[in-house]
Amino acid sequence: MRDDRSLNSSSDSGTYDLATRLRWFLRGASRIFSVPAILLMSSFVGFAGLAIESGMKIEQTVFMTIVIWALPAKVVLIGAVTSGATLPAAALAVALSSVRLMPMVVALLPELQGPRTRRITLLFLSHFVAVTAWVMAMEELHKIPRDLRTSYFAGIGVVLVGVNALVVAIVYMLSASFPPIVFAALFMLTPMYFLTSLWRSAREKAGQIAMIAGLVLFPVFHALVPGSDLLLTGLVGGVCAFMFHRIQRNRLEAK
Amino acid sequence: MTWQSLPDWWWPFVFILAAGWFATDIWRFLGVFIGGRIREDSEVLVFVRCVATALVAAVIAQLILFPTGELASSPIWLRVGAAAGGFAVYLVAGKRVLVGVLAAEVLLVTGLLAL
Repeated sequence: MRDDRSLNSSSDSGTYDLATRLRWFLRGASRIFSVPAILLMSSFVGFAGLAIESGMKIEQTVFMTIVIWALPAKVVLIGAVTSGATLPAAALAVALSSVRLMPMVVALLPELQGPRTRRITLLFLSHFVAVTAWVMAMEELHKIPRDLRTSYFAGIGVVLVGVNALVVAIVYMLSASFPPIVFAALFMLTPMYFLTSLWRSAREKAGQIAMIAGLVLFPVFHALVPGSDLLLTGLVGGVCAFMFHRIQRNRLEAK
Repeated sequence: MTWQSLPDWWWPFVFILAAGWFATDIWRFLGVFIGGRIREDSEVLVFVRCVATALVAAVIAQLILFPTGELASSPIWLRVGAAAGGFAVYLVAGKRVLVGVLAAEVLLVTGLLAL
C-alpha cells in the first residue's frame, strides 16, 4: 500500500513543467546573495591572488575552478605543483584532501533526491558539492518541495561555480594595477578562511584535534621529508586524531 | 611527469584534469553510488574525515609558514601572529568566520605597513 501511494504521488508531482523548474532553479541561484556565498567569493578573490603569485595562467585557474570546484583541493594542487611534485603524487595529495566529499554527498542524497530522480542527475549535481553549497543545501532543501529540490540545488551550484569562475577572471584582469600589499593581503585570505570555517564545521572533537595535529606536524615533516610533507602530515595527524576519538569513545562506553 | 614536464599548451590542462578533476569528482561520484549504504557516523568515515582535516590543516600551515610571492618577504612572526590573533578574535566573537578573517587581515596589513 505504502509503495503504491509513494509511486502515485511521485508520478503526480513528477509532472512539474519547465517553467516551474526554472523558477526554483532561479530561487536557488538567488542564494548567491547570502553571507556564506559572499564569504566564498571573497575567498576566491584570495585564491586568485594565490594562483597569480604561484605562476598559474588565467585560463588554467578558471579551468581549475570549474572542474575541481572544492577550494582545498585546488589549493593542495597548486601547492603540489609549485613544490615540483609528480602527477601521481599531486593526484594522491588532492585525492586525500577530497575524501571528505564522499561522506558529504552520502549525507546530502536523502535530502536531495526524489523517488524518481535519475542517477545521472545526481552524478551531475554531486559535482557542486563543496563546503559552501553543501551547508546551504543541508539547511534549506527540507523547505523545498521534494521533486523540485534537484532544480533548486542546480541553481545554487551552477551559479556559485559560474560567478566564482568570473571572480577569478576579474581578479586576474585587475591584478596588473594592484599594489604589492594587496597581493599579500589576498594570499592571507585563503588560510584564514580555511582555519576558521574548518574549525566550525568539525563535527567531532577529533576533527579539531586533527586540525591542531596538522598545523603542528607540518613544520616537523617539512624539515624531515620536504617532498612528502603534506601527505605524511595528513596521514599521521589523521591517525592521531582517530586514536583520540577511539580512546574517548571507549572511555564513554566504559562509564 | 611534473607540471613543467611538457612545454605544450595542453599539458597543464591534462595535469589539472588528472590530478585535480579526477581526484575530486571520483569521491563525489562514489558518494552517489554508495548512497545510503554507509552510515554517516560510521568509524570509517570518522577516520576519513580526520585524515582530510589534518591534510587541509597542513596546507594552512604551508601557506602561512612558506607562502609564495609577495607575502614570502614578510617576517614569519608577523604572519603567524596575524593568523593566531585572527583566530583568537574569531573564537571570542562567537565563531564568526568573517570577523576572524578581517581581524587577521587588519593585523597583517598594519604590520606590513608599519615595517
